[in-house]
Amino acid sequence: MSSITGVSVGDGLSDPSDGPDPGAGASTGTTGDRVFGGLAMGAGLLVVVVVALVGIFLLAQAIPAIGKDQINFLTSREWNAAGQRFGIAQLLWTTVVSSVVALLLAVPFSVGIALFLTHYAPAWLSRIGAVLIDLLAAVPSIVYGIWGIYVVAPKFTHVQNFLQDWLGWIPLFKAVPGVTGGATILMVSVVLAVMILPIITALSREVFAQTPVTHKEGALALGATRWEMIRTAVLPFGRPGVISASMLGLGRALGETVAVLFILTALPGGQRFTASLMNGGATFASQIAGDAPENQNNADAMGALIAAGLVLFILTFIVNAIARVIVERRREFSE
Amino acid sequence: MGKRIDVKDLNVFYGDFKAVEDVTMTIEPRSITAFIGPSGCGKSTFLRTLNRMHEVIPGGRVEGSVRLDDQDLYAPGVDAVGVRRTVGMVFQRPNPFPTMSIRDNVTAGLRLNGVKGKKLLEEKTEQSLRGANLWNEVKDRLGKPGAGLSGGQQQRLCIARAIAVEPQVLLMDEPCSALDPISTLAIEDLVTELKDRYTIVIVTHNMQQASRVSDKTAFFNLAATGKPGRLIEMNDTQKIFNNPEVSATEDYISGRFG
Ligand SMILES: Nc1ncnc2c1ncn2[C@@H]1O[C@H](COP(=O)(O)OP(=O)(O)OP(=O)(O)O)[C@@H](O)[C@H]1O
Ligand SMILES: [Mg+2]
Repeated sequence: MSSITGVSVGDGLSDPSDGPDPGAGASTGTTGDRVFGGLAMGAGLLVVVVVALVGIFLLAQAIPAIGKDQINFLTSREWNAAGQRFGIAQLLWTTVVSSVVALLLAVPFSVGIALFLTHYAPAWLSRIGAVLIDLLAAVPSIVYGIWGIYVVAPKFTHVQNFLQDWLGWIPLFKAVPGVTGGATILMVSVVLAVMILPIITALSREVFAQTPVTHKEGALALGATRWEMIRTAVLPFGRPGVISASMLGLGRALGETVAVLFILTALPGGQRFTASLMNGGATFASQIAGDAPENQNNADAMGALIAAGLVLFILTFIVNAIARVIVERRREFSE
Repeated sequence: MGKRIDVKDLNVFYGDFKAVEDVTMTIEPRSITAFIGPSGCGKSTFLRTLNRMHEVIPGGRVEGSVRLDDQDLYAPGVDAVGVRRTVGMVFQRPNPFPTMSIRDNVTAGLRLNGVKGKKLLEEKTEQSLRGANLWNEVKDRLGKPGAGLSGGQQQRLCIARAIAVEPQVLLMDEPCSALDPISTLAIEDLVTELKDRYTIVIVTHNMQQASRVSDKTAFFNLAATGKPGRLIEMNDTQKIFNNPEVSATEDYISGRFG
């Protein structure tokens, strides 16, 4: 399975690239071997070249724009494309916070649903559930955006008010002047969570279902209850897969554009920093999508947007790298 | 320790398919009983009914009764989980928990039972590994994954895991069929030692093994494929191998069929 994040759910399982390749010592002398070897190598090189060219092109656009930046690109919170003021700090914060909260909301539900479908539901329900989850995973994000703004937002106003009134003393839930009607980071997180839930669930369900019967019977024969069997056999086996699935979900949330653009209240410039989830703002992706149409002929603005895009790319890359490290570290124990 | 098993008129089904028919037998405490018979005659199926592991298989159910001393395993209100804590099981393929260290594998059952305390678990680990003749080989690598051991060591680890919870009965379904002759002998020695404390039932396709380790042997057979398996003859191992009462038993043991 290929994916935009480069981590796939099979990574934690018996990956064919694990350990010494059993075919490494086989002959490569026949014509078929040479033709296929050549094609594979050519395809590999092509990918590397294309990626390198794209990277060079983007850097060439981005660097001059950053050079003309009136403020510090990394540490400033102001983003004003027309005014050559490109600071990404606030975008970075909003992007990361909205996605991480979305992940924290989605993963427990996903794991719960996946476990229910694989180990609790009767066979017919489990089949229907699996199909439904796969269907949900295919819903385009614009639908979630529209659903968020027209259906969730009005209801979410109450949630926002409730949290602000009762938990406002916690910095996370502090009210932010000018941000009302539910259109907050927290609501974006909820919508993103609903959006990434199906994919995380679908992949988790798949790994849980692959838990070897021998592991499960090993636990049951020790006198494990169903939940104890899940804890001793299913969850440890599925862990790397769930991590990979979560990172895939996180990658989606980080890069989500339309849904965020639709929902989140745009902030007027010059606001004080707040850690509150009740804030508005923009993420990298939504800022780029929002600014690009008006600045098509402004090379500096476009360059700055590309630079912001590159930062998003690096962010996603780091997330994947962390996921790989987590999965690798457990590999010794998962042969 | 070690309890008597009394089976009466037991039928085992998978859905509508009757896999084992009308088994009645008594297994003495602290003895080793071998189950032999051709493939598909229901040895594993029957073995699993002794700790209700057949219930894990969709459609698996029994009629009849199995008693452990005075306790009816199938009486209403008896919890299968509790039964399995009293009657342990070792499988054909070694199945240590792959994500756990050797130590955690041994103590997995204890921790499920709520046993706590580092020191106590440490003691139990050593005791069980010694009991399984594995201590000397792994004492320096208790924190390493159990899956990193050889097949024979893994199987002894599984035995250590099973005896750590101090069951009354130990069921073994072809525990040596995936092992080399040396590991097999190691397990056989171990089984013989364990007899002092546990009632042991072992399924095997290896006639020498059955005659080497067991006190009693039960021969199962089935009339034809698709027909249920039955207990043909059960007796002292010496008797079964030297002078069986049923001709089918002799044919099977001497290799004339099966
Ligand atoms: N999970 C299952 N579902 C349905 N039928 C099964 C299942 N497992 C076994 N059976 C059937 O039950 C019968 C007995 O099988 P069992 O595995 O108990 O035989 P066995 O004596 O252990 O054979 P072997 O020596 O090959 O292990 C066979 O006809 C088999 O096809
Ligand atoms: Mg069998």
